[in-house]
Amino acid sequence: MTYAPYALAVWLLVAGLFGIVASKNLIHLALCVTVAQSGTYVLLLAIGYRKHATAPIFSDVPRSRRAVDPVVQALTLTDIVVGLTVAALLLAQAVKAHEHTGTLDPAELREMQG
Amino acid sequence: MTRSARIILCAAGLAGLVALLAWGVAGLEPFGHYPGPYGTVLNSVEPHERHAANVVSAVVFDYRGVDTLGEELILFGAVMGLAFLLRENREENTRGVRDRVPSEALRAVGLVAVPVVVLLALDLVAHGYLTPGGGFQGGVAAAAGLLLVYLAGDWRAMRHAGPLPVVDAAEAAGASGFLIVGFATLIASGAFLENLLPLGTFGKLTSGGTIPVANWCAGLEVSAAFVLIFLEFLEEIMAEREAK
Repeated sequence: MTYAPYALAVWLLVAGLFGIVASKNLIHLALCVTVAQSGTYVLLLAIGYRKHATAPIFSDVPRSRRAVDPVVQALTLTDIVVGLTVAALLLAQAVKAHEHTGTLDPAELREMQG
Repeated sequence: MTRSARIILCAAGLAGLVALLAWGVAGLEPFGHYPGPYGTVLNSVEPHERHAANVVSAVVFDYRGVDTLGEELILFGAVMGLAFLLRENREENTRGVRDRVPSEALRAVGLVAVPVVVLLALDLVAHGYLTPGGGFQGGVAAAAGLLLVYLAGDWRAMRHAGPLPVVDAAEAAGASGFLIVGFATLIASGAFLENLLPLGTFGKLTSGGTIPVANWCAGLEVSAAFVLIFLEFLEEIMAEREAK
């Protein structure tokens, strides 16, 4: 089981990417982007994890306590928030695409055909 | 290209990607055996160097402050893009829209929860460098508090509580505040986001030097960004309802 979190990260990334390519709906596509993104969060947090360690916050534990890596936590927490705003931007584009073409299917958007 | 051809091509590519990633993962330390050294070093030196009890916040707003500035600018750019897209050609006439929540009990409980959530959010930001929390988490919670005004009350009340021009200005103030802290310290010390302010006592609200300042800027920017997203989408929905 020592590699299971990494396998989960790879699975999320691949499932998200496959969803993006196979998507028939722009809203579904935007959500697939967030699924692929969450693979990176699992990977980062898995790399920084140490056995028998606490969170790197020393307000009520001794400073000598073993703690997990704060750097990957910092990367993950900022990206969760920023990733959500990017998802909102993608959804806004879906709204506009629907307004202009009357469809949410990426295959039916004339500009996307090629 | 047909859809099935695209899927077959994608599956072949992804199989290659999985093989590559599996190869990479096989070279990693097993889960739970953190190789270091950055996390270990930061956890041991940060309390002496920056006096902030939450090392994650010290990393976000100090050690990797430049990276966070980049993230904040992505957030700012994404929200501006969303506003540009949704504000284009919008029907401004939404006077006839009624969306008051009919249940009095729901309204009462929901609106009582609004100050509680906002207070919790402010607490998350204020103690973000001492206990779990920070500007990013607290900012999202604060925006959720304002969204409750819509969910339990009505859309007009939410728009009244957070008018768009004010939210726009708050968003810009948060983003530029972070930049100002960066450039002020650059001018004063020669290094971007150098921690110049007094570091205070470990575990106290006054600890951390410039970390609390950057933390509040991020809180303001993130809360304004999410409120703006909610308002823009709601405005879009209401304009459509009015058109029907």
